[in-house]
Amino acid sequence: MNTLLKDAPPRIRQPRPTFKRSLIPYAYISPTAALLLVLMMLPIILVIGYSFFDNVIVNKNPEFVGLANYVEILTDGVFAQALGNTLYFTFVSVGAHLVLGLSFAMLLNTRLLSSLSKALFRAIYVMPWLFTVAIIAVLWRLLLNPNGVINYVIITLGLSDTGIEWLSSRDTALIAVTFINIWAGYPFFMVSLLAGLQGIPRDLYEAATVDGANPIQQFIHVTLPQLKPIIISMAMLDLIWTSQQFALIWMTTGGGPINDTEMLSTFTYKAAFSSYEFSQASASAVIVLLLSMVLAFFYVCHQKSRD
Amino acid sequence: MLGILGATAAISLMVGCSGALDGGDSSGTVTLEFAQWWEPELPADALRGLMAEFEADNPGIKVELLSGPYASTKEQLFAGAAAGTMSDVVGLDGAWISDFAKQGALADLSTPMDDAGYDDSQLAAQIELDGSTYMIPVINFVYPMFTNDALLAEAGIDSPPSTRSEFEAAANALNDLDSTTSGWVLPLSAEAPNGIQNDVMSWVWASGGSMLKDGKPDLTNDDVTSAIGYIKGLWDDGVIAPGALTMKEQDKVEEFTNGRVGMMIDSLAHINLIRESNPDLEFSVSALPAVDGFEGDRGIPYAAWGIGVSESSDHQEEAWKLVEFMMSKDTNSTLSTLANAFPGNNTAEPDFSQSDDLFKQAFDIYSSGYPANEFVGLPVAEQLMREFDEELQLMLTGDQSVNDMLSNSQEKWMGEF
Repeated sequence: MNTLLKDAPPRIRQPRPTFKRSLIPYAYISPTAALLLVLMMLPIILVIGYSFFDNVIVNKNPEFVGLANYVEILTDGVFAQALGNTLYFTFVSVGAHLVLGLSFAMLLNTRLLSSLSKALFRAIYVMPWLFTVAIIAVLWRLLLNPNGVINYVIITLGLSDTGIEWLSSRDTALIAVTFINIWAGYPFFMVSLLAGLQGIPRDLYEAATVDGANPIQQFIHVTLPQLKPIIISMAMLDLIWTSQQFALIWMTTGGGPINDTEMLSTFTYKAAFSSYEFSQASASAVIVLLLSMVLAFFYVCHQKSRD
Repeated sequence: MLGILGATAAISLMVGCSGALDGGDSSGTVTLEFAQWWEPELPADALRGLMAEFEADNPGIKVELLSGPYASTKEQLFAGAAAGTMSDVVGLDGAWISDFAKQGALADLSTPMDDAGYDDSQLAAQIELDGSTYMIPVINFVYPMFTNDALLAEAGIDSPPSTRSEFEAAANALNDLDSTTSGWVLPLSAEAPNGIQNDVMSWVWASGGSMLKDGKPDLTNDDVTSAIGYIKGLWDDGVIAPGALTMKEQDKVEEFTNGRVGMMIDSLAHINLIRESNPDLEFSVSALPAVDGFEGDRGIPYAAWGIGVSESSDHQEEAWKLVEFMMSKDTNSTLSTLANAFPGNNTAEPDFSQSDDLFKQAFDIYSSGYPANEFVGLPVAEQLMREFDEELQLMLTGDQSVNDMLSNSQEKWMGEF
């Protein structure tokens, strides 16, 4: 017994954590926490507060009006139209991003092309993602101009006698801006899904082949289940980002013609910086925040379940 | 969205935190802040050079230029007005005046003018609300009619049209030239709805009409009804360039520069741009067409670089000195020459010796008529234009009549007032 005690390694006594030492981790995160507080939490709280007053910023003595701004916004026909347009724009964009992104990713993941060809196509396909929104807006305004290249091709091919006013016609403006957004955003899905595809073990496809699965069955039963976590994450993020798209709409149509491409973002901007109704704009922004939080909630739940 | 508003809220906070500084120092030198969007639009160091002259004339006063693009300056001024920390001297757009004055953010310039014994008859205009002057236009950018004279000649038109009938005939003749040429171009983008001011209401003002009565909207009067009916007629004739409903001002200039439209109403500031982009384009400027038989003075739309003083400034006297300097004959002449604009001081004369001949022609048009912009001083002027724009677009696309459009616009505008 004594021998055992003698041979045992000496025990290192852990010093009892002092109050000062226990604060150290908080000190490390305090710069980030302070930044988050000042740059995110405080403005959000301020905007939520603004939404309950008759008007702020331009009114020195704002009065508390409760939910009046929310009632006014929710009963405004233009807001309803903006909400409908935003839902159309968002869901069509995200759906198309997914389909196009997955298609191009699978094309780039093929073993039928040489590495050089794949690198070339990868560079071409990812190009829309490299442009800033301002460039994309200018580019597509030129392409879709009534005297632009696209109409020239349409007229030359005899598809139409006159040019189509893509961004100015009430029938095509929303479709046109949605198309532009699809073009600008699919590479985000493509790059992420390509990484996911490259991570799927070949064994799974070999086993499926041995079991007699054809390429479509392999896609449905191997590829999609393996990509599911990435697809859900990407779709959630894209839903949140696309629903808040402002710059592209503003720089292409400004929400027009009339209100046919009005989105929640442009509606809010106009309320704030054209009508100077900052409280109504705040109420609109808070509604968008709540809608985004629903999406964010599902995203966080999904991430947690993965962990 | 929340980000945009959040940023504004954050700016308000930050501006509020820095509001205690009063611009004075222990040596007795006063530093004036001068916030404007003019410096980036002028030749390099031009405005700084003028400020150096002012500082030399006024020992003990320094000027700190706070310069940025137009939109940033606007947001900065609105945040400053909210926090009571607006710069001492500010560059102003007439469309902001009513809202700033309502907030009490701008000083009444009538008082320092009276105190200094300033002769205000030399000023081309003063923007007043309830008898108080809040803005003085420093220089004016006028919007005459541009015509592509080669295209007009090709269409058999000898000279630029001066009446509405002549304009309609010319527009139709231009339109008939080929399928890619249009008679007129009308930008109605909701992003920047100033097409309503420059390209639509200008038809009312050119014939001596008004959209206001006793300072309130009067959109259903005969002058406005006639002008809007006339534009609807041009639309129905198909002489307006396609894409009008989301077209911006820069698109309008581009269409004209490329020879795809024969006539446009545009800022003189674009003359150099058009010359550089298409040196072969044969074009001239004229007064806007008026109703047939109109003999009176023609209003010509303008946009101004205005100047004002913050109510919260601790240096009102020094700020007025800077305003007075900017409006002095020599400074005003220099500034208008540099900016290719027309002076806000009646006695100032821009030097056209180094400028395009068209500036001289335009100055003659400007001098024979009067600057007209009834949106200056109206509350939420941009929103008024946007609301009118939406109703106009509904009318043009056949969803309502001219009278219904004007009644609806009148109702919306009254709501804003």
